[in-house]
Amino acid sequence: MENFEQLKGIVSQYLPDDVDASQIKMDSDFIQELNINSANLVDIVLDVEDAFDIRLENEDMDGMQTVTDALRIIDIKIAEK
Amino acid sequence: MNFKDILGLLPYSEPFIFVDQLIEVSDEGIKGKYTFPPNLPFYRGHFEGNPVTPGAILTECCAQIGVVCLGIYLMGGQFDKKTTIALTSSEMEFLIPLYPGEEVVVESKKVYFRFNKLKCKVYMRNQKGELVCNGTIAGILKTNHGR
Repeated sequence: MENFEQLKGIVSQYLPDDVDASQIKMDSDFIQELNINSANLVDIVLDVEDAFDIRLENEDMDGMQTVTDALRIIDIKIAEK
Repeated sequence: MNFKDILGLLPYSEPFIFVDQLIEVSDEGIKGKYTFPPNLPFYRGHFEGNPVTPGAILTECCAQIGVVCLGIYLMGGQFDKKTTIALTSSEMEFLIPLYPGEEVVVESKKVYFRFNKLKCKVYMRNQKGELVCNGTIAGILKTNHGR
């Protein structure tokens, strides 16, 4: 839950004007539901790397479609440290 | 990859190429030059009887030198005609006007190149070395091999 709040804080900075931070749920799809474009998704991933002190690869990026996906990948990367 | 190789791969042509020459390139940044010919078509309308280079064109010049030329270099041999390139964001400040016939030097410093996105800090200076504009520009350079 702590990771969710931290991720939500990062994602909310990249939301378009017509999407509110309260719409960020566990099953939210970044591109389809939160209307985040793929260029901004890169910035989210880089902020996630800094915030959690992890390094993400292309396949992690490809697998990161929803908030749940992101949290799962963050958990795996933290465990691998 | 040398300067000629990079310029040869640029996917632009007249009247929308704003790079003449490259001066420096490394993994961290690039520097290039362009002289705005007074006969460029937009000067007739921007502004009527008082030609000044539009901010959109200054941004484009910074993007072609600072992001696309640097991106081609950073991609090594991976850049070709099938590569998708697109401007994704720009945040610029314009400080002084640039008139027809002036030569500029664009300097770009890489912020990051990750997941096909290249983000750079760009600086355009005139012949006197005065800052014409500066800002942050990002673009996507994505090879379509094997996908």
